[in-house]
Amino acid sequence: MSVFLLRRFATLLATLIGASLIIFLVLDALPGNAAQMLMGADASPDAVRALSIKLGLDQPLSLRYLLWLKGMMVGDLGNSYVYGTPVAGLIAERLVLTIPLAIMSMSVTVVLALSAGIYTAANHNRLGDVGVMSLTQVGIALPNFWFAILLILLFAVKLQWVSAGGFAGWDDGIWPGVRSLLLPAISLSVVQAAILARVTRSAVLEVLREDFVRTARAKGLGKREVLWRHVLRNAMIPVMTVMGLQFANLLAGTIIIENVFYLPGLGRLIFQSIANRDLIVVRNCVMLLAAMVVIVNFVVDVLYAFIDPRIKVHHL
Amino acid sequence: MTASADAPTVATARKPATGFWRRALRHRSFVLGGLLSLLVIGAALLSLVWTPWSPYDIDVASKLKPPTAAHWLGTDVLGRDIASLLLVGARSTIAVGIIAVGIGLTFGVCLGLLAAARKGWTEELIMRMSDFTFAFPAVLSAIMLAAVAGPGMLTSITAIGIFQIPTFVRVTRGSASAIWAREFVLAARASGKGTFLITIEHVLPNILSILIVQATIQFALAILAEAGLSYLGLGTQPPQPSWGRMLNDAQTLLFQSPMLAVYPGAAIAVAVLGLNLLGDGLRDLLDPRLARER
Repeated sequence: MSVFLLRRFATLLATLIGASLIIFLVLDALPGNAAQMLMGADASPDAVRALSIKLGLDQPLSLRYLLWLKGMMVGDLGNSYVYGTPVAGLIAERLVLTIPLAIMSMSVTVVLALSAGIYTAANHNRLGDVGVMSLTQVGIALPNFWFAILLILLFAVKLQWVSAGGFAGWDDGIWPGVRSLLLPAISLSVVQAAILARVTRSAVLEVLREDFVRTARAKGLGKREVLWRHVLRNAMIPVMTVMGLQFANLLAGTIIIENVFYLPGLGRLIFQSIANRDLIVVRNCVMLLAAMVVIVNFVVDVLYAFIDPRIKVHHL
Repeated sequence: MTASADAPTVATARKPATGFWRRALRHRSFVLGGLLSLLVIGAALLSLVWTPWSPYDIDVASKLKPPTAAHWLGTDVLGRDIASLLLVGARSTIAVGIIAVGIGLTFGVCLGLLAAARKGWTEELIMRMSDFTFAFPAVLSAIMLAAVAGPGMLTSITAIGIFQIPTFVRVTRGSASAIWAREFVLAARASGKGTFLITIEHVLPNILSILIVQATIQFALAILAEAGLSYLGLGTQPPQPSWGRMLNDAQTLLFQSPMLAVYPGAAIAVAVLGLNLLGDGLRDLLDPRLARER
């Protein structure tokens, strides 16, 4: 087990370093002089040089990359070119919204998808199965930002139950914050849940055809008991693989949905920073999102080994 | 003599195609998906020669008009005809989709075939590189590119294209590896054929149907990604109409003209649904084993 974990951890580190290298090259090496970008084409060379020195852009690329890596280890991501405040602080302020939004969306996705997937598999080829599967087909085709706008139209414009956007914060308790994130989380979840429900259904159907399921039924176990005790655990591997991959889509979706609902999260910070040419903030936000994707997939890989011990044997 | 000798060969060659279309026309997903996809492609082609109004003409006096005989779906905040904007928007969407999938397909298939053919460190290197790319969803790639090169259609095409590559690498490498293990490939090797010739003559034709199905699904994803990027202002730029951009413009007018937000979203959903159903249908028709498994 420890060899498996070490090997996966080494791959994780290599992927993170590779991702950081790509991000650094694209956002620091390609644009040329960030100081020139910040000051505009009309700025005098002396002013650009002075700003370059102030921002540390006069140092060699390799040194700047290594300093960035070192900074990430200790939580020092440098100062924003525009605001002059620490980037780590700016990101932390926004994560207070983005992380709960991602967790809420993933929770809604899992609950919706597993219920729909298990229900349709247990009622294979019946009316309920066909109906739910048709709905998932439509769900997969919906752009999440359009679904979000439709939710705003219904709940904010027509019914006026919630506001059309904005975030109430956590200062007045959990409920106002959760309420502001409810529509964004639902709009993010619908497409992901539709995909995951189809995967869950296929995986459960696959396991239901296995010999051990027939044996369990022959031993006198009820259909529901077999489903919960034997089928689900074995069907979890493909479901978890897709869940891991979906997390990347969910984070990408968060960037768009935060813009639909005017939520001051990481996605909005990235867009403000692009508009302000604050490349150091963009670089760190993109690295954080990429790292979250890679780390979640690592956790999923490790969880496989706990769910199905054959996987770690195979890797050894 | 020649004609009569050729006749049976032609008949035999045509038979599977005829059989395919007979089965295809009875397949509900394929037919519905095909019709919806044709509708979108037809709209894009039609916009090349005709639109009810010019989508670029601004007429502020006619702004936010409801549907009328002159403006079938009404007008937007600048008085432009919504139906015309939708028709031309289909063109941008399809163009971005085709080019982005083309990039993903070309690079992904070449790398996947190389990984399956060479194995060893080449395969390991290609697969790990494709793992890196998985860490960057299309929106993240587009953000990075937009931050340095500015937003635009080229930025969105490049970002979506790069995002498509690892999927094609994985699908190609998986299917091609299975073909490399088949006996007829062993026979081809024994007869002295090189890796390149075997890949072109035996491996690629045998995985073509899988690639066609994957390309259809990726096309749907590319349309969704393009719409998302244009909505964020990173993709197609004004005055070129795009469905995503139309949604962004409509969002500020939700209280005055809610239908403005409905049409472009419905157009995106129809296009994606059509391609997804078409992909499902093609998968069932081209690979009956997968159809049984579903």
